[in-house]
Amino acid sequence: MSEFSPATGTEASDFSNVGRARWWRRGFFASQTAYVAAALIVIMIVMSFLSSAFLSPGNLANVAKNFSFVGIVTLGVTLVIVTGGIDLSVGSTMALSAITCAIVMQGLSGTVLDSIPLAGMVISLGAGLGAALLIGLANGVLIARVGLSPFVTTLGMLSIVRGLAYAVTEGRGQAPTGPDVNLFYEITDGNIAGVPVAIIYLLILAAVIGLVLHHTAFGRHVFALGGNEKAAALTGIAVERVKIAVYVLSALSAGFAGILMVGWLGSAPANLATGYELTIIAAAVIGGANLNGGIGGPAGAVIGALLIEVIRNGLVLAGINAYWQIVLVGGIIILAVLVDRLRTLRMTS
Amino acid sequence: MSLLVLQDVGKEFGAIRALSHVNLTIKPGEVVGLMGDNGAGKSTLVKIIAGNFPPSHGKVLFEDQEVHFTRPVDARSVGIEVVYQDLALADNLTAAANVFLGRELRRKVGPFSFLDHATMNQRTAALFRELKSETRPDDLVRAMSGGQRQAVAIARTRLAKAKLILMDEPTAAISVRQVAEVLDLIRRLKDAGIAVILISHRMPDVFSVCERVIVMRRGTKVADKPIDQSSPEEVTALITGAKEAA
Repeated sequence: MSEFSPATGTEASDFSNVGRARWWRRGFFASQTAYVAAALIVIMIVMSFLSSAFLSPGNLANVAKNFSFVGIVTLGVTLVIVTGGIDLSVGSTMALSAITCAIVMQGLSGTVLDSIPLAGMVISLGAGLGAALLIGLANGVLIARVGLSPFVTTLGMLSIVRGLAYAVTEGRGQAPTGPDVNLFYEITDGNIAGVPVAIIYLLILAAVIGLVLHHTAFGRHVFALGGNEKAAALTGIAVERVKIAVYVLSALSAGFAGILMVGWLGSAPANLATGYELTIIAAAVIGGANLNGGIGGPAGAVIGALLIEVIRNGLVLAGINAYWQIVLVGGIIILAVLVDRLRTLRMTS
Repeated sequence: MSLLVLQDVGKEFGAIRALSHVNLTIKPGEVVGLMGDNGAGKSTLVKIIAGNFPPSHGKVLFEDQEVHFTRPVDARSVGIEVVYQDLALADNLTAAANVFLGRELRRKVGPFSFLDHATMNQRTAALFRELKSETRPDDLVRAMSGGQRQAVAIARTRLAKAKLILMDEPTAAISVRQVAEVLDLIRRLKDAGIAVILISHRMPDVFSVCERVIVMRRGTKVADKPIDQSSPEEVTALITGAKEAA
């Protein structure tokens, strides 16, 4: 019964008959993130020639601050997208966290807590993030344990949370007050060595998430879930727990960004970040996160968010009607995915 | 000593009798072919052994101890691993990541624990060398051939120190050269003293690697004999029912 000869006589280590793609055609260099980053650099160079104001410190600081809010939430949503899910509730979560934080700070000012340094601010920050945590937990449990579709669950949550934001405030903006309010503005809207703190938070969070995704078992399980959820379950990965965790992290990133926006705006309006969920998902997708799951990362989230903001800013500087930016962002989403599609077609042919 | 013994095992799903009065014995290091047409009861039998569900009646013994599996984890904990037909691999991860999925090696750095990429890659490379498979630990599974994917799935079971591996149609839907690779992998498992139950529709595969063939028809075992005392013609007749039993 030896009609089959051994598959190979060569040593397993020489791989003489197994081709390998050149270094620039695999890994990071072959990813959508890499060429979107290249496109971003080209666009920035072109912009700096077209408008002398683009590279001015004031404008750069403005761009940095604007994209940081979206960028921070994009980091969280990217985690969800990598598992093959989606989170549409982040814009509403930003608003409710911001409002909760501001209202708690108002409520605590004038109480005995004023005499304890930082107490009022710490509690109100905790309350804002706590609201986000509960939203993320609700999303996660409904999706992972009950088995509802992520799209429908978070779409419902988008509406519920936005409604709560209006109901709680009766539509009025809530301004943070209290003994620590100056410190609050300092840590949410201040500068360190001339750099807005928001972008520092963004970069630190991106680094931490990169470390977690690529160098911890949790991160690996997040990718495994997006790659093949059934296989992940068969290998004994706690699928439910990982899923709940990514929705909680997504909501927390939204809550954190919402609180930063309160510092920036000086108030938490009920319509804060309305429609941001679409910009955030667009940023994640432009940066290379695949809505089918399994692919994505923090570098892409930051680059995607920055690209959208640079184009928006560029159109403003060029004096082009602001409505066109909406059209352009849509075009870029499709273009980014299209280029990736063409590239994979070329590789498989 | 017998590795696995099924005694008078049966399974009903409501009014449907999927399996009745099955007795079989697998010895350590034995490669046994399990054949039968669709609906003959092969999958039900395999799922009982793999712990997907318990039998309705009868006993399952592993290493002479009676076992009651209710979840796949139970079977895995005693040393029974399954290589699924769709292989249950995550395409977006590397070979090493798949081999170690769910049991990643970690290094403590202060209060945190990080993946030990280097050791996992080395151990995966060693497993592939042992299986004589030309597969790189750090290549993505997406870019791999069917034979390499099989090697990854089998390396997973080696890592778990399996004593019995159930292989569900491993040679379906792969090229001729890759079939040869997979059959070689099965021979390596046998050399390492691991028992294999090969579920297959392909007569040449079963006759080239198995020592014994078990044929199922309509939920019962109709044949169980050494491969050199049977022939593809006989097995075909047993599967289709042209021959009642052997």
